[in-house]
Amino acid sequence: MPGILTFALHYEGAFNKNSLGAVTEASKLARELGTEAHAVVVGENVPDELASQLGAYGASKVFRVQAPEGLAQPVVDAMAKVMTDNGHDYALFGGGLLGFEIGAGLAARLNAGVTMEVTAVDVEDGRLVAQRPILGDSAISESRYRGKGIIIGRLNAFEMQQSADAGSSATVEDVQVELSPWSTKARMVTRGEQRGADVDIEGADILIAGGRGLGKAEGFETLEQLAASFGGNSAVAATRAVVDAGWYPYAAQIGQTGKTVAPKLYLAAGISGAIQHKVGMQASENIVAINKDSNAPIFEFSDLGVVGDLNKIVPKLIDAVKAKKGG
Amino acid sequence: MKICVLVKEVPDAAVEKRINPQTGRLDRSGEKNLNPYDTHAIEAAMQIKEGGAVQVDEIVAVTMGPESATRALHKAVSLGADRSIQLTDDALAGSDVQATGYALATVLQKESPDLVLLGQQSDDGECYTIGAIVADHLQMPSLTQVIKMDVNDSALRCERQAEYGYDTVEIDLPAVISVGDAINEPRYPSLKAIMGAKKKPLEKMGSGDAGIDGSRVGADGSMVQCGNFKAPPSKSAGEIIEDEDTNETVERIVAWLDERKLI
Ligand SMILES: Cc1cc2nc3c(=O)[nH]c(=O)nc-3n(C[C@H](O)[C@H](O)[C@H](O)COP(=O)(O)OP(=O)(O)OC[C@H]3O[C@@H](n4cnc5c(N)ncnc54)[C@H](O)[C@@H]3O)c2cc1C
Ligand SMILES: Cc1cc2nc3c(=O)[nH]c(=O)nc-3n(C[C@H](O)[C@H](O)[C@H](O)COP(=O)(O)OP(=O)(O)OC[C@H]3O[C@@H](n4cnc5c(N)ncnc54)[C@H](O)[C@@H]3O)c2cc1C
Repeated sequence: MPGILTFALHYEGAFNKNSLGAVTEASKLARELGTEAHAVVVGENVPDELASQLGAYGASKVFRVQAPEGLAQPVVDAMAKVMTDNGHDYALFGGGLLGFEIGAGLAARLNAGVTMEVTAVDVEDGRLVAQRPILGDSAISESRYRGKGIIIGRLNAFEMQQSADAGSSATVEDVQVELSPWSTKARMVTRGEQRGADVDIEGADILIAGGRGLGKAEGFETLEQLAASFGGNSAVAATRAVVDAGWYPYAAQIGQTGKTVAPKLYLAAGISGAIQHKVGMQASENIVAINKDSNAPIFEFSDLGVVGDLNKIVPKLIDAVKAKKGG
Repeated sequence: MKICVLVKEVPDAAVEKRINPQTGRLDRSGEKNLNPYDTHAIEAAMQIKEGGAVQVDEIVAVTMGPESATRALHKAVSLGADRSIQLTDDALAGSDVQATGYALATVLQKESPDLVLLGQQSDDGECYTIGAIVADHLQMPSLTQVIKMDVNDSALRCERQAEYGYDTVEIDLPAVISVGDAINEPRYPSLKAIMGAKKKPLEKMGSGDAGIDGSRVGADGSMVQCGNFKAPPSKSAGEIIEDEDTNETVERIVAWLDERKLI
């Protein structure tokens, strides 16, 4: 029967939140379409208890495939087979990185239409229509599919939710998939390496975040002083650009391949406000940005934007916050 | 070893990008440039060539795009490519990512590259997906967002950040790799290289020459239709402070924070 297939990413015995969001969304859409939502789980010996958990989020069936974890191409083989054998019309992915690679490979394999960075999906005349913000979120375009449709969500676009019959567990069906020769030519050497110190930023009320505009790793020392001046529950966060550069630990990274946070205050210094960063912090209660470029995208979604040189502003801000607290 | 680098012409960063309401496609009328993310892919190819671990015989820049895209190829050559190929045909206009990836893969097939490099994203479409699509058509292993790459004659050792931290992956050649912008700091072309770029071989071909099935490309051959453009829900603009007198700026920031009980 036609339906919607999702990919459920898991790591160290737990499903990815964005994958659970995709399963939730697929089950909601499947109900509207009068069909079913299914999921594919790929890995080495994935236990029944784990796979069947997806039932609570609305998947009626889980296809379990024995293949290497953490790489996209084996999953393309698995999903292409499941979709072809069972006639699924759509594949849906949560935000992240692997979903982009798998969805793209699947579009090539099945000659399907693909939309990425999707923030909402509607049902129209019995077909799915996906909404995608484009051109730096200045417009939204709608995607319609001529044949099969591949929909890749933006991070946190689909919220996970247990379904009404939350007790239900999905049936788990094992599928034998013969991997394509090229899918076996990549081997995971190490996965999920945590570079830098294990800092905790998720519980902080005040987050001071720094980006490439700091100019050098030492810029983070100043941001740590600023965070300390607020006292209490404050911490320092970072963008991928500076984490990749080795300036700050990965554990402090906000965004698509980092953490999602919603503190009372998010103060961004020297951060441009790329979509992949925005998706991890846009739910913050108050966003303050310091950036020397008045056209920086971050000003589009800040509550207070300060156009200026952070090297001049931040040191004085530390003193002023301290003075305020002391006074 | 032969390396092909995929490069794209995009509207210049200074141009405000918009959809042409007549065509429903990106307005490409203004100033154009080589996609800045692709300069990292060219630089990665140059570093492999200069690194000495393997012998690189040729770096070939490949683009699919209108006449004007020749200039993006000149820029790619000025940054180090030895020659370039431009796939250009009105029949290709309006191709979605899957059709674009299929067309590019068809051109690449004839070149039999050992390594195909791409940028992490284009500055206009921002689809992030061409690498994985090209790889599936070429039946090659692939990885995107790679920020470190060690190469030997038969394999690559790549590092990239994924959902749970940094992954290290070993990939056999031939392979398709999209590089993240943290992989290197692209060089500036020398004046001599800029002047010489137009003299390097540039091959132009239409879809027929490349052996592309016309029914699988262009707007009609694309399986996704994007349209019905609309404005996003409007968000009230935030307050802006232009820093002129920093003492005053800081005072205003503190007052703003204090009003919201954030200090
Ligand atoms: C698949 C994928 C996943 C990604 N995941 C993430 C993620 O999880 N998190 C993330 O953050 N990014 C992520 N990115 C990268 C993202 O697209 C951006 O490249 C990144 O967020 C940019 O970081 P930045 O703002 O520090 O640097 P830049 O974009 O370089 O911005 C630096 C800013 O500093 C300003 N500046 C410079 N000097 C000064 C000064 N003296 N004073 C004030 N301002 C100054 C500049 O005007 C500029 O706006 C991802 C990208 C992809 C493709
Ligand atoms: C605003 C907008 C939104 C779009 N949304 C969608 C969509 O949702 N689904 C869809 O299928 N299509 C979409 N398209 C069409 C898509 O952008 C084009 O098919 C485009 O040619 C390829 O996508 P990209 O440039 O975004 O690729 P990306 O995957 O972002 O590009 C990655 C790399 O691929 C290489 N590359 C990309 N294009 C070329 C080229 N023409 N020649 C050589 N190398 C290239 C470059 O190295 C580049 O760095 C959209 C286009 C626009 C302008």
